[in-house]
Amino acid sequence: MNVELYERIWMWAAGGLLLLFLGAIFLTAGLQAIQPPSHIETVDPTALTTHPEFGTPAVKTRADGSVVVSVVAQMFSFSPDPIEVPANRPVTFRLTSADVIHGFEVVGTNANAMAIPGYVSQFTVTFKEPGEYLIGCNEYCGTMHHNMVGKLIVKKESP
Amino acid sequence: MNGRHSLAAAHVGVAVAAFAVASAMGVLQALSIADIPFPHRSESLYYLAVTAHGVLMALVFTTFFIMGLGYALSQESLGRITGRGLAWIAFALGLGGSAAAAVTILRGQSSVLYTFYPPMQAHPLFYIGATLLIVASWIWGGVMIASYLSWRREHPGVPVPLSIHGMLATIILWYLATAGLAVEVLGMLIPWSLGLVTKIDPLLARSFFWWFGHPLVYFWLMPAYVLWYTVLPRVAGGKLFSDSLARMVFILFVLLSVPVGFHHQFADPGISSNWKLVHTVTTYAVLYPSFVTAFTIIASLEVAGRMKGARGLFDWIGRLPWGDPFFAAVALAMIAFTFGGFGGAINAAYAMNSMVHNTAWIMGHFHVTLGTTVALTFMGATYWLLPRMLGRELRLMTLARIQPYLWFAGIALFSISYHIAGLRGLPRRVYSASLTGEYGAAWHGLTRLAAVGAVILFLSALSYVVVVAATWIGGKRIPAPAFEFAVALRPPTAPGVWDRFGLWTVLAVLLVAVSYGYPLLHLFAYTRYGSPAFQPF
Repeated sequence: MNVELYERIWMWAAGGLLLLFLGAIFLTAGLQAIQPPSHIETVDPTALTTHPEFGTPAVKTRADGSVVVSVVAQMFSFSPDPIEVPANRPVTFRLTSADVIHGFEVVGTNANAMAIPGYVSQFTVTFKEPGEYLIGCNEYCGTMHHNMVGKLIVKKESP
Repeated sequence: MNGRHSLAAAHVGVAVAAFAVASAMGVLQALSIADIPFPHRSESLYYLAVTAHGVLMALVFTTFFIMGLGYALSQESLGRITGRGLAWIAFALGLGGSAAAAVTILRGQSSVLYTFYPPMQAHPLFYIGATLLIVASWIWGGVMIASYLSWRREHPGVPVPLSIHGMLATIILWYLATAGLAVEVLGMLIPWSLGLVTKIDPLLARSFFWWFGHPLVYFWLMPAYVLWYTVLPRVAGGKLFSDSLARMVFILFVLLSVPVGFHHQFADPGISSNWKLVHTVTTYAVLYPSFVTAFTIIASLEVAGRMKGARGLFDWIGRLPWGDPFFAAVALAMIAFTFGGFGGAINAAYAMNSMVHNTAWIMGHFHVTLGTTVALTFMGATYWLLPRMLGRELRLMTLARIQPYLWFAGIALFSISYHIAGLRGLPRRVYSASLTGEYGAAWHGLTRLAAVGAVILFLSALSYVVVVAATWIGGKRIPAPAFEFAVALRPPTAPGVWDRFGLWTVLAVLLVAVSYGYPLLHLFAYTRYGSPAFQPF
């Protein structure tokens, strides 16, 4: 294939740019474990009310001081609401849905995951700034989708 | 109507009609999000409008336009359409199916958006109607391939015309993509909506949807590229800079555009992060053919400017026919795509994706890509096609000249506003940006700017529809101008490696099998409970 010199330069440069993008993703994935929420765990969405964990979704502190928040998304609210967590400590969210697909987005942070019925989403976030955050549902879930909000309260760590 | 192109014209006509209805639905949404009051504003109307806009734009307008363009190119470049009768049957199936689905949407029975994620359940006719449209497109693909094979028998050893090369690549990609959709709709959604099974696995259905959903955007983009490569340089008065690289680009899309769907599911459970990383690699790789396209097309335009006597570094830009509605539309579409492409590179990086996933940013993003790069190219192409298909002169030429610029101005306001609102966290697909009524302050300035953009877009859409209708009904009858395609600087003399469709198809199928086979089969190792149906609309 006869390719003009300038075009050949451009093609190498474009290839280099893409490798740079991918390199950044691979490096942060490998070295800093920056990964998308990709937990694989199933749960019966029709039996959540009697489920040992999701029957009474709540914030719990583990022995090592890390915090686990179990959240059930349903038309058109999140439970528990509000969610209270400490600042500057890893908080693991475990999220599922009792009906259709919902989104769980803590506005102003990178906590953003799907709540899919039958599956448990799990991801860990550390909130540095104490304050009140809006939790919005960002997947269409019915006529009152826009009303589906919750509150996250990040409390300053008591010394 | 010019008899040779009646098939193409009928398809383009349906596309424009769908576009008209969808545009009205679009402007209603932008007003609603910004809390600008209008008569009959309600939550259910809003979600109905989102569904109608998505289905009519993303599935009906695009598919019918692409089928029409394919028939026109087959007639002109191959001198035939093999299986006209079958093509008309497909047209009727597609039209009937689209109409059936549209009726259930407009009656409020299928407000499930164009992604129709279960366990939200639409009316069975919604799924069946959409299936008929896809079946129609499969028949169209078959007719196109039959036309090519018939031509090939008469022209052994000759390279296939570039426009047909691009359309054949589009069709192969479409069969690969719709295989995933067929599994979802025929295997899961239709039996479930008819009550034959009670439960459905939402994640599995969603994964099959995105198997289809991302190559769907290349199904739209590739015919636009066909127009950029084969028509634009000619309209600009120049030559195609590189024919062989154009063929490489089309083949790279066949290979790379299907195994990328997990980048729509970065935030989903049930798919391991390593497989998401695999799809990230292919997602970046599929940017590559667009980089190559940018060079080839801009170089072709420079050739055009220099053939008209331009000197110096940038004089050639001013010598291009900016007053020609086809040229202006495509040139602006390409400018939009530079922004859209880099936005896509941001979405594909999952650390950044988690800031913008399912926010208004995404609405901003696909309105510069699908909504401008593709749609504006198709609008410009309509101006180019109509006189050639109908044997009528374009009417309201001034309006046609202004229309692409109006669209560009509208999309700039609309998309920039939503990109920023998304970065500030505005969730996607909300009836009102104030959500429960308390949260509008952070977003309302931006959503109102976006609404102004949407009104400009609507005026532009209206101009397009008026020009098309006026030309169709009352355009002066003229001898149909020839379909003139761009000549390459170095035209190919024999079919090359990029013309070996069989080989590339096999490779593409293997790539899809690897990138989807393991992660989906892996799900079956878990106890999956399934969900009953919900209709919260």
